[in-house]
Amino acid sequence: MSERAALMTPLRLTCFTAVSAVGRGLAATLDALEQQRSGLAPCSFETVDVDTHVGEVPGVDATVLPEALRGFNCRNNRLAQLTLTQDGFIDAVAASAKQWGPRRIGVFLGTSTSGMLETEFAYRGRDPKTGALPREFNYAATHNSFSVADFVLQALHLEGPAAVMCTACSSSAKVFASAQRMISAGMIDAAVVGGVDTLCLTTLYGFQSLQLTSRLPCRPFDAARDGISIGEAAAFVLLERAPPRPDAEAIMLLGTGESSDAYHMSSPHPEGRGARASIQQALTAANLAPGDIDYINLHGTATVSNDSAEDLAITSVFGTATPCSSTKGATGHALGAAGALEAVICALAIQQGFMPGGLRDTEVDPKLHLHYLRENRRGGIDRVLSNSFGFGGANCSLIFGRPV
Amino acid sequence: MIPLTAYIDGIGLLGPGFADWPSAAAILSGHARYVAATTVLPPPLSLPPPERRRTGAVVKLALAVGFEATTRAGIERSSLATVFSSSGGDGFNCHEICQVLASSDRQLSPTRFHNSVHNVAAGYWSIAAGATAAASVLCAYDASFGAGLVEALTQVAVERTPLLLLAYDTQYPEPLNAKRPIADAFGVALVLTPDARDATLAKLTAMFTDGTAERMSEPHLEAMRASIPAARSLPLLRQLARRERGRVVLDYLRHTRLALEVEPCS
Repeated sequence: MSERAALMTPLRLTCFTAVSAVGRGLAATLDALEQQRSGLAPCSFETVDVDTHVGEVPGVDATVLPEALRGFNCRNNRLAQLTLTQDGFIDAVAASAKQWGPRRIGVFLGTSTSGMLETEFAYRGRDPKTGALPREFNYAATHNSFSVADFVLQALHLEGPAAVMCTACSSSAKVFASAQRMISAGMIDAAVVGGVDTLCLTTLYGFQSLQLTSRLPCRPFDAARDGISIGEAAAFVLLERAPPRPDAEAIMLLGTGESSDAYHMSSPHPEGRGARASIQQALTAANLAPGDIDYINLHGTATVSNDSAEDLAITSVFGTATPCSSTKGATGHALGAAGALEAVICALAIQQGFMPGGLRDTEVDPKLHLHYLRENRRGGIDRVLSNSFGFGGANCSLIFGRPV
Repeated sequence: MIPLTAYIDGIGLLGPGFADWPSAAAILSGHARYVAATTVLPPPLSLPPPERRRTGAVVKLALAVGFEATTRAGIERSSLATVFSSSGGDGFNCHEICQVLASSDRQLSPTRFHNSVHNVAAGYWSIAAGATAAASVLCAYDASFGAGLVEALTQVAVERTPLLLLAYDTQYPEPLNAKRPIADAFGVALVLTPDARDATLAKLTAMFTDGTAERMSEPHLEAMRASIPAARSLPLLRQLARRERGRVVLDYLRHTRLALEVEPCS
């Protein structure tokens, strides 16, 4: 097998934003993380009768899509629209399109369920005689996974290559690697990457059927952890080819790593084999040693097996000193949007010089050995690793940091 | 843009009237007549029996074309990175889930749920092939073949790694079929390498273009190309079957098509 051509050329995160259960936009997200405030609450979503907590974003349904794009109307695209309007993201993309041209900017987004909720509604409204779905149900613009990328392409007036990544919970981390390769190959100069995933019945009843949802707010790395809390979120990042001497304050994508467990559809490899491989690849791509990483944002879903596999993977590479935490206790597990949401949290952490602690009342599992932060920690952090591991064994690790 | 280049070392194909790549190549190159027939999906014998029983059409289709392409290329499956691309997941499974969720008892079966993820074929492929390298799973609606090919060629060019591209689509049952009619199951797999090997069939060079996507002259084949996203690959497969140097334009996104230069190597 031939060697990877070269180390990764760092890319600049020119603009980024996120909306999740902890808040709309960067300021609200930062405030919640600084206060260690959780957005999880008992599930009262739609008509769902699953005994669990969820991270629901308030106000999604009040969001109105631009007139010309009304056909895309579904909860997932409404959350995408709500998020695009935060933190000057639309203006930053417009400036980038002016610089590079709309054909030189790609759109690569992750989702797991797209507008599936619309299809769930449509099945309640089938014609009693023919069984047909309601006339107004629009498969391509809502249900299909590509819907959110098509919506974002048109909302931002972009004409570059586009695709939606669907590797479950690593979807919107892997899009950073796709975009980085396309920029590196000279096909584009910039990309809008991110993820959008919203609550729907399929995931709430589905994760319950696998006995993976907790009744309580999820407790990553806690001795009593017993499952996930599903959240919804959208996060977008404008990644650009960096100038030769980026601003010292710039935040960069330094490395990406991807691997497959080749083990089981819905459980991780018990020793975290695939996770370790993706972490090591990301370090190699960034030309960094484990000791160069100041903070790790864990996948940390709070299932018994996920957290213990990740603990083994982390400690085998980093030992037990590197501070780590999972922010899913605050946001819930945003599934296909988790990778991008946590990438934005990592970028905020570097920008603001702070490591977000997990939940204050975490009783860290004595069987887990990584250095789990319960409290926020202040201080300069230059390089962070973010892990995302998906159902089906699709792993991705990303490294962000200040310019090297 | 800088053109992307890769070498095609093996092809797998399954679709309506197409049983494998050699017989399909004879049809596409005009040496045999196309006979319309429903796609026949072989059982996924590469999976252990408990997993085999749980798989639906999407997994059977992807595994069949993936194994055919890698066997023809004579390449170690476990070492290949993979790109999967499909317009939808398992349509039958999706329909069953929606029916249950619209009923008075919403309890889903765990197998139904785990087969509902878009990356189900990638998960099973990695288990069957022992493939631990990166696996990307894409969707771009009707542009899914083009999006998969662009991602695959980029990975080969940048990572300098051999890779298996699998593009496939299966049909939905009613009532979803009325909203998204896909005529039948169609899957294609290509083994792509950064450097020519003994097994190499052709060199492939790709660029974006504003040109018009080519059509198939035979009406059955054109209907297949137009109605199944993975079959948007047919003009490329026809060029490969003819073993002639040439340029084809494939359908891709609303605003861009893909221009491919094909140069036979053996």
